[in-house]
Formats: sequence, C-alpha cells, structure tokens
Amino acid sequence: MKNEMFIEFSSISENESFARVTVGSFITQLDPTMNELTEIKTVVSEAVTNAIIHGYNNEAHHKIGITCTIQDHDIELTIKDNGIGINDIDEARQPLYTSKPELERSGMGFTIIENFMDSVEVISHPNHGTTVYMTKQLAKNKTVMNQ
Amino acid sequence: MGLTSTFNVKEDVLIVRLSGELDHHEAEGLRSEWKDMLYQNAVKHIILNLESVTFMDSSGLGVVLGRYKEVLQLGGEMVVCSISPPVKRLFEMSGIFKIVRLEENEQFALKTLGVAS
Repeated sequence: MKNEMFIEFSSISENESFARVTVGSFITQLDPTMNELTEIKTVVSEAVTNAIIHGYNNEAHHKIGITCTIQDHDIELTIKDNGIGINDIDEARQPLYTSKPELERSGMGFTIIENFMDSVEVISHPNHGTTVYMTKQLAKNKTVMNQ
Repeated sequence: MGLTSTFNVKEDVLIVRLSGELDHHEAEGLRSEWKDMLYQNAVKHIILNLESVTFMDSSGLGVVLGRYKEVLQLGGEMVVCSISPPVKRLFEMSGIFKIVRLEENEQFALKTLGVAS
C-alpha cells in the first residue's frame, strides 16, 4: 500500500533535526536496518541544510517542504525550497565544491546524498528554488542478511 | 537531542569529547568554542573523541576539517578515536582519513602523541 506524508517548516537550523527525525520516524514502517535509517536521516539533514544555507542564505522567514512516499520497499523523497536556486548544478554536485568556503562547509553534501540514495535528481531554477528528488529501495531479505 | 562538548588539556594535547548530534545547527557553536580552546591553551595537537556521537553530517565534517587546518598551522596533528560505524563511514566517504589519523581509543591516541597517561 502506498503511504505519503508532507511537512512544511521554517528555514531555521533548529528544524534540521526535526526534519530528519520526522522522516526517519515515517519510514520505520518499512522496517529499515539501522544503516538504512541513518542514511535517510543524513540525506534529509544534508538537503535541508543546503536549502537553509544556500537556497535561503540563512534567512529564517522562508519555508522548506518535504514529501516522502513509501510503498513496499521503496522510498521517494522530495525536498523543496523556493530560494535563489543553483546556477550550475553539475558544479554544485562535485565532491568538495562549496559556494561558501568562508562558512567552513566541507562541500560533501551532494556527494553524501548520492552515495546514500539510489537516484538523485536536482531541478533548480535561479530565483525560483531548488527541488531535490531522490529514491531508495530498502533491502528486502533482512532476516537472511542479518544471519 | 543536541550536542554536548567537553574540552581537556593534557600537556600539548587538546582532547575534545563530543556527545549527541553534530549537524549544521550545532556546528557553529562548536566551532567558536573549539577555536577558543585551541588558541587559549598552549596546545598543538587535537584528539577528537567521537564515542558518544549519535549523528553527524557534512556540516560536522566541515568543522573537523577547519580545526585540522588550524592544528596543521600549529605544527601539530589531529587524531580521531572511538568512532562509531556510521560516523566512520561518513569520514571514509569524505577521504578525511588520508589526513587525520584514526586510533581505537583516547588512551592509545594520547600515547601516540607522546603523552603519558
């Protein structure tokens, strides 16, 4: 059965933990492994942090939306902001690239997202915002794998 | 859940123990506290004990890399110890172990830096 949730929250850093815990809690219905749960929470944290720092330049009065759909073993996750957008998506996805080195960013956000998810699509329009659309299939035979 | 950090000085080593979740929200406070401790004490090495860290993302990596650069300026090195499997995976993905040494625990890390326990 398909199950979907949507949350929208202010673009403040306090909400980074709220967002990852909420999504993590929603996907527990699929009985993920500890690793899978950590991966999903990390990915949410990265994308929400990107929206706050880069999309909205740390301005608190904007909104970030997360849609999560689960069905069988599949997770679809969409994280959306209406911020300044990304001019060069290929450049932004390069490991160690950061547009804000002065903020001591590691430049590993997208790389981590790509490593932890099966597919990652970034759609961005300057001055209209960025949507990161991701999918992941959880392992099916956990009992076998855990032996 | 948040992040708790404690700092201890042993000879020329700053021991940093973190506990809880290190994300972008917690990173900024940690950075300024850590920088203060690094420059207010006569230390040149850092031992970063991650035993009680339950969550870390790329913002946490940024803070660690920032302090690594500072310790390099001081002519010292950074040693990470007691890392959990998920955090270790994140560190491995970022290639950080090419520049930061990993040791099993704090006692051993101290010994490798020439501090008698």
